[in-house]
Amino acid sequence: MANALSQQKPTVESISRQNRIRIGRLFIYGPLAVMAVLYLMPLWVMVVTSLKPLDEIYGGSFIGLPQTVTLDAWRSAWSQACIGTECTGLRPYFVNSLLMVIPAVVLSTGIGAINGYILTKWRFPGANFVFGLLLFGCFLPYQAILIPMARTLGLLGLAGSIPGLVFVHVAYGICFTTLFFRNYFVSLPDELTKAAMVDGAGFFRIFWSVILPTSIPIIVVSCIWQFTQIWNDFLFGVSFTSGGNSPITVALNNIVNVTTGRKQYNVDMAAAMIAAIPTLLVYIVAGRYFVRGLTAGAVKG
Amino acid sequence: MSTLEIDRVRKTYGNLEVLKEVSISIGTGDFLVLLGPSGCGKSTLLSMIAGLENISDGEVRIAGKVVNELSPKDRDIAMVFQSYALYPTMTVRQNIEFGMKIRGVPPAQRDKAARSAADLLQITHLLDRKPSQLSGGQRQRVAMGRAIVRQPKLFLFDEPLSNLDAKLRVDMRTEIKRLHARLGTTIVYVTHDQIEAMTLATRVAVMKGGVVQQLDDPQTVYDRPGNVYVAKFVGSPSMNIIPGRIEVEGTTATAIVDVANRPAARIPGIGLSSQAASTYANRKVLIGIRPELFSVGNGQAQGAISVDVDVVEPTGPDTLAVFQLGGVEVTARLPPKQVNARSSATLAVDTSKVVLFDQDSEELIN
Repeated sequence: MANALSQQKPTVESISRQNRIRIGRLFIYGPLAVMAVLYLMPLWVMVVTSLKPLDEIYGGSFIGLPQTVTLDAWRSAWSQACIGTECTGLRPYFVNSLLMVIPAVVLSTGIGAINGYILTKWRFPGANFVFGLLLFGCFLPYQAILIPMARTLGLLGLAGSIPGLVFVHVAYGICFTTLFFRNYFVSLPDELTKAAMVDGAGFFRIFWSVILPTSIPIIVVSCIWQFTQIWNDFLFGVSFTSGGNSPITVALNNIVNVTTGRKQYNVDMAAAMIAAIPTLLVYIVAGRYFVRGLTAGAVKG
Repeated sequence: MSTLEIDRVRKTYGNLEVLKEVSISIGTGDFLVLLGPSGCGKSTLLSMIAGLENISDGEVRIAGKVVNELSPKDRDIAMVFQSYALYPTMTVRQNIEFGMKIRGVPPAQRDKAARSAADLLQITHLLDRKPSQLSGGQRQRVAMGRAIVRQPKLFLFDEPLSNLDAKLRVDMRTEIKRLHARLGTTIVYVTHDQIEAMTLATRVAVMKGGVVQQLDDPQTVYDRPGNVYVAKFVGSPSMNIIPGRIEVEGTTATAIVDVANRPAARIPGIGLSSQAASTYANRKVLIGIRPELFSVGNGQAQGAISVDVDVVEPTGPDTLAVFQLGGVEVTARLPPKQVNARSSATLAVDTSKVVLFDQDSEELIN
């Protein structure tokens, strides 16, 4: 078909149609390019600023390329910058965030998967009501739960600790992960679980061997969503941890706000980039699954 | 021994009664078809036999053993679902072996069983494919393979052919029949397609509104339907139900049917029991005549009726002639090119197979 078309001689009509398409493309890609530049501008400023020595920044160059490229600011942000009274850089807080985000993502995704599985394949009286309550949890503003949660953490003996923060994020994240998994599993035919039951599989066997293997896209969606939410969270981090237990977002805030002498823009920018890199990486590595997972079920398999 | 007894089984959801005291009993090697329109409770009944739905009341016994409280895996059954329900992430081989793996069958034995099932169903070349790479008919075979390796006492089929296209449906129907002949396992099969019921079953249970209307072998269901509902549901085109009355002489009845603009048609020689003969003499009844009982006759023969043919519908092997009889539309299946539309015709009726129904209860008169 394509061959047949290309062998045809271009007629006046086909040329004018090609021109029209080209102009149409211009209207699409033009604005897209403008928007992209606009959105990438802050990133550009951050990158170039973080690579400049402080004197050059104060010399007035903000947007332009650095005249001398240096990684000093990155080194300082990572291991030397002072956060409060401790001059350890972001490194220990980066570790804190990892210690928080990994268990929190795994637990909230796992519990959400089991919840979704029960709500769709092992329905019980009032299942819809429970699901409604969980949905309601998605709309709870963070501020509303701060004080009750502080009290709960105190009672559990987890106040101010990283496990406490994991607990908060898991509890808050279950609403979202349950919603994801429930909506994904609802499109899996019930006959699948019935067939597995006749084959002799039990509750967890069906979950592990039949349901979970079909759910890779939604597991990825849930992990990306939870990772970004939890890694980027500031309010819970600043409310429920203190000092050496703070996650990176809190430490970043302290670096930027606490300065002695000249404000070290290059270090601030490098620190902000370090704090943002993990979520970027997650998107780059797993982003294609994200789109696929969100549209899964829209097309019949 | 793999008999199935369904003993006064009921199913209720709150106040809603889905099944009302269903009792069915079949022997080893029987092929029971539960036939009925959607919503008649046939699939619910199958799920209850499988153990996927609770039994509200009554007993289900497989090979003499009450299974009411047993989970599906302990009932010694295997089931084929309408959507095939193949595990999408597993290969065909893994799908077939999944049940055996759970039951702890050693790998060598699993492989052997899977192979022999695959041979039987001619899917050996597909063993390493995923279900998404198979056609509908192939998926159907895999689903049957998964059931066969179980070597169950009872096979359960839930509308297994309704997702296939017409041609494939006929092929797979033959395949299932062949499989039943070879394995000899007792089968319960749910369908709404009366042709499937007729061709496959050794016993047919026609259901409606949660009640078994008739449980018989297919030919009996066809020839002597228990009531008007069964008569109309089984057979295509369905049985003609014509209002009329009967005159009785001994144990032989003559049906008398009004014909528009003509003298009333008399259909003599319908056999009756002596009891029915005395009960129904000179009473109004419903006369059931299958379309193929009509034939083109001559005016002199006894029981010949003259009608005005309204429409003819050639189907190839036969022609369907539609005319008015007793105030209702009647279809006759005749050889091609024997009658013409909008003309009169003389038809004879094979009275040995004409059946009578009570006008009020619509039950068969014996």
